[in-house]
Amino acid sequence: MKACMFHLMPYRDLPADFDKHYKSAYIDPVWFDVADPKKVGQYYNWTLDEFIHAARSGMNGVCTNQHHQNVYGFMANPSLMGSVLARATDGMNVAIVQLGSTLPSTSPPTRIAEEYAMIDCISGGRLVAGFPAGLPTDATISNGVVPVEQRERYREALELVQKAWCAKEVFAWNGKHYQLPMVNLWPRPIQQPHPPIWIPGSGSASTVDFVVDRDDSFCHLSYYGAQNAHSLGDFYWDRVTKRGRDANPHRLGFLQLIGVSESDEAAEEYAPHAEYFFHKLLRTAPQYRDIPGYMDHASLVHAMKSPLRERFDVRDLRYKDFVDRGFVITGSAATVRDRLLDGIKRLRIGHLLALLHFGSMPHELCMKNITLFSRDVLPHLQDQWDDEWEDRWWPETLRQKRPVADAAAAAVS
Amino acid sequence: MAAMPMRKLRLWQDKIETEVAIFGSGPPLVFLHGSWGLRNDQEFLELLARTHTVYAPKHPGTSEGDSEAVHQIDDWWDLIVYHGELLDRLALKSPVLVGHSFGGLVACEIAAAMPERVEKLVLIDPVGLWREDMPVKNWMLLSPADLRAALFADPKGEHAEKFFQLPGDTTKRIDAQVGFIWSQACTGKFVWPLPDKGLKKHIHRIAAPTLIVWGKADGIIAPAYADEFGRRIAHARVAMMESAGHMPHFEQAENVARTVSDFLGP
Repeated sequence: MKACMFHLMPYRDLPADFDKHYKSAYIDPVWFDVADPKKVGQYYNWTLDEFIHAARSGMNGVCTNQHHQNVYGFMANPSLMGSVLARATDGMNVAIVQLGSTLPSTSPPTRIAEEYAMIDCISGGRLVAGFPAGLPTDATISNGVVPVEQRERYREALELVQKAWCAKEVFAWNGKHYQLPMVNLWPRPIQQPHPPIWIPGSGSASTVDFVVDRDDSFCHLSYYGAQNAHSLGDFYWDRVTKRGRDANPHRLGFLQLIGVSESDEAAEEYAPHAEYFFHKLLRTAPQYRDIPGYMDHASLVHAMKSPLRERFDVRDLRYKDFVDRGFVITGSAATVRDRLLDGIKRLRIGHLLALLHFGSMPHELCMKNITLFSRDVLPHLQDQWDDEWEDRWWPETLRQKRPVADAAAAAVS
Repeated sequence: MAAMPMRKLRLWQDKIETEVAIFGSGPPLVFLHGSWGLRNDQEFLELLARTHTVYAPKHPGTSEGDSEAVHQIDDWWDLIVYHGELLDRLALKSPVLVGHSFGGLVACEIAAAMPERVEKLVLIDPVGLWREDMPVKNWMLLSPADLRAALFADPKGEHAEKFFQLPGDTTKRIDAQVGFIWSQACTGKFVWPLPDKGLKKHIHRIAAPTLIVWGKADGIIAPAYADEFGRRIAHARVAMMESAGHMPHFEQAENVARTVSDFLGP
């Protein structure tokens, strides 16, 4: 199993009454009322330092992502972050996981093909190419993509990117959304015909089937923990089996909020940051989320037919609830690894996306979290699945087994 | 109220199957619905059907069983050519054209592209123009409470209640919810992210005598837009409706039908 450091790059110093003034972490907060650009510069640098520390400490990969116009996470162009990380981890056994640039909102999408190829070249073939469709707020509001066209744009763009990466001749692209007279990409990725492809999604049937049929790896970027994703996991593996694919756990990535401390009691230090994350950052106005056309017709019918999910207001819950419900896994290394292993085995997770920074967590605490996770938790997880399954969705040059614990020891010494 | 009689038509090289409500008697009148579908337009159309044969087609993608038709019409040029075919198939040479909100913009573009195909034009709170000092609200991004307040002069009145009311029967409830959202998705395709798609360059081509009806309490598109349309269309008159928001033909069906009837003449 691989564990990658995930980071949203949020605004870490929102005022205490932020959630009283704003009903949405997206779109509504006005930069000049809320943000300090000097602080934000510090956040970007801390974020890069945290990623690099994770790489040096022995984590398998570092994951960037793209979001816009919000306080929850604003790596507006993940390739900027990914290129710094590719350079800073030169020669290291670490994947640069771009999870990633959103195809439908970039025109032409060959721009992303180029940026990813650059990162693959700079990193010596260590890129994992993630292709999210983008949140509705990002794609349709911040970037103006027509909601009902988002999916078809995405699918056409992905096809174009893959062809642009490996076509041996100059070709014309005559698509519905993109037309290019002569495509001949420079550079091409080192990894041919293409870097491993990961596709994040919420788990709708159409996305799952699309990913399984393409034989890519699926990532479920939930903030509610493995404990609350059993039905999603069962649904996913059922589709995998029904569509004739093997049960290789590396077909599934899963995000988990994690905080490791010296003891279970000491892990209370993560409480304010978890509450900040769920109460302030994870708030989207429903009308910015449920935009007409964002769901295709079949998914819309399915959503209206499904019985209502457990309804709760996350702001009524406190840190203890988040721990009890498994939204966050915090505690001593032993507690964290036991709880993680339960989820990893239950869901068959091959790629753990460890959100080791969340909410208002200060830089020093995040660095400690990374150190403790890499040194005391990861060595107990990494052998999971490796005897049985090869990770076909990992850069080939990094597939050799490696002594993670030694790397971690070297990093902290 | 009995359901409106529907005819199904296959169009667009058989890639679209659209439903058209057809009823009434008299000279032909085509009604183009707004972003929320035909669901709440029946009472108004029945009033018009006393003097006209009403043809009310559903926007591509919103007919039952044909949701994917939305992907067959990609831009405004497609949409106008499509409506040319639709008029041909209905054998309507130059009907009265009535459009509400999004349908008002479609009606304007048809009347500008094919002036000879429109006998008279009625625009009810149409979108399609843009003023920096009074931007049109994107109705697809409003909370339910804000949408209600923007659509209706009386957000707590019976029409607002009826507009948002869902049937008790599960199947009908799902149909209504899906229809309400999908209809906005299919029409929204042509006016996302805002409904300024070039009408200002075409509007001078509208030749038909035009009636512009506007709810004085329209919270989506300010009533001042009535004059914006009025001064750009050569033969236009404006009628402002009391106690009406963005849905005057629903909230004040009788009054709007009478105003339209007076305009169309005997």
